[in-house]
Amino acid sequence: MQTTLKINGESWTLDVDPRTSLLDALRHHLDLTGTKKGCDHGQCGACTIILNGRRINSCLTLAVMHDGDEITTIEGLGEPGRLNPMQEAFVRHDGYQCGYCTPGQIMSATGMLDEVSQGWPSHVSASLEGDVPLSREEVAERMSGNLCRCSAYPGIVRAIRETAGEVSE
Amino acid sequence: MRPFDYMRAEDLQAATEAKGNGATVIAGGTNLLDLMKLEVMAPERLVDITRLDLHNTERTSGGGLRIGALVTNSDLAANPDVRRNWPVLSRALLAGATGQLRNKATTGGNLLQRTRCYYFYDTAMPCNKREPGSGCHARTGFNRIHAILGASDKCIATHPSDMAVAMRALDAEVEVQGSGGTRRMGLDALYRLPGDTPHIETSLAEGEIITAVILPPPPTAATQVYRKVRDRSSYAFALVSVAAVVAMDGARIREARLAFGGLGPMPWRDGEVERALEGQEPSDALFDCASDILLRDAQGQGSNDFKIPLARRTLKAVLREVTRTEAPA
Repeated sequence: MQTTLKINGESWTLDVDPRTSLLDALRHHLDLTGTKKGCDHGQCGACTIILNGRRINSCLTLAVMHDGDEITTIEGLGEPGRLNPMQEAFVRHDGYQCGYCTPGQIMSATGMLDEVSQGWPSHVSASLEGDVPLSREEVAERMSGNLCRCSAYPGIVRAIRETAGEVSE
Repeated sequence: MRPFDYMRAEDLQAATEAKGNGATVIAGGTNLLDLMKLEVMAPERLVDITRLDLHNTERTSGGGLRIGALVTNSDLAANPDVRRNWPVLSRALLAGATGQLRNKATTGGNLLQRTRCYYFYDTAMPCNKREPGSGCHARTGFNRIHAILGASDKCIATHPSDMAVAMRALDAEVEVQGSGGTRRMGLDALYRLPGDTPHIETSLAEGEIITAVILPPPPTAATQVYRKVRDRSSYAFALVSVAAVVAMDGARIREARLAFGGLGPMPWRDGEVERALEGQEPSDALFDCASDILLRDAQGQGSNDFKIPLARRTLKAVLREVTRTEAPA
């Protein structure tokens, strides 16, 4: 089936089997291998991308369902030599060890900060109204869809909070 | 994953026709595609309804709320009207899944998600829900997450939704569209107990699609709480959850609406528990009496026996909170 995806600002028309997940379309059809396959069941978050402005698990949706949709992958945030602030913060704070979960962590954190800026509460927010201070507890709850088997969580949390302007370097 | 034919529905009629002809509806896909990868479900045709105009949340003329079936869990949780007037619904949604999943999962899909019973998920095991008549190994096997109320000897699976528990406490109705027109029903009528046919989970007819959930006007002067107990503090299903909407009249409980997750095959509600509380002055003795009623037919299967005292303690903690009653020293 033909489907057109707008990825990192560029349109691509693919011919895919309807079974192809958006993740496999990115990796196998477009060579955008920055997005990782971990569990392939929505449990680990390694495949997180931003779809029409929202972070999602690309393993749990079909490419053919996204004809005309806008997708941002880790390649669209920055590249070596011109990293974006979140990517730089992960490097500075050792927010990884093996690095496999890192693209998903960074895409998820990027989408998450946008949710915070829109005033979305979380399960651990004391109030459903008003501004959300991005405490460690808030970051942990909002990032619970991203696992890191190397357990680089302290660095991940520091990188995210610094990028959000909650803590200084 | 098994091959399937894919079609995108351009309008609701095309969607109901396709479903009537045996197609499986896909929207957020977060549960369905997981099950298809494991071949627990192997639909031959998928009808994608995500482009239908069911994405809006708006007040009804009567002051209630009409939630389109395709409104995502995150949009509904963040909706300012829901946060202010139906906070138990926001809290239940935020207690479920992850940020990524809530951005995809829809209102209708959340209601129709399948159980997370390990035996339902494992195609090497018999399961009366997945393969009618094949048997149930959960009853004698690992059943930590399974039902203590409403189960049958054919199936002890629980319904996993948090959202549906809050909706049940809020007296939500589901709007359903089929070839014969539109009808509305409460969640008690949408879901079926397993009995001898655990594979039939809802009362939806072949060609019927959920188009909206309707909430009645916000409860007046009520305290709303959602309490969820689980094995880890985030991204885990409820062992026990309680949605409470309780209004006081001076020192007495005027109205109590209570729904429970993790206990049964559907979001559980028991009118006798509510009637035992209404008109009474809150006390631990009263809360014990309400818990006795809730759990009068509760049956553990071994690994889930702990849910019986856990349900009692969780209900009592929630009732203390909503009635501002101190725990005895």
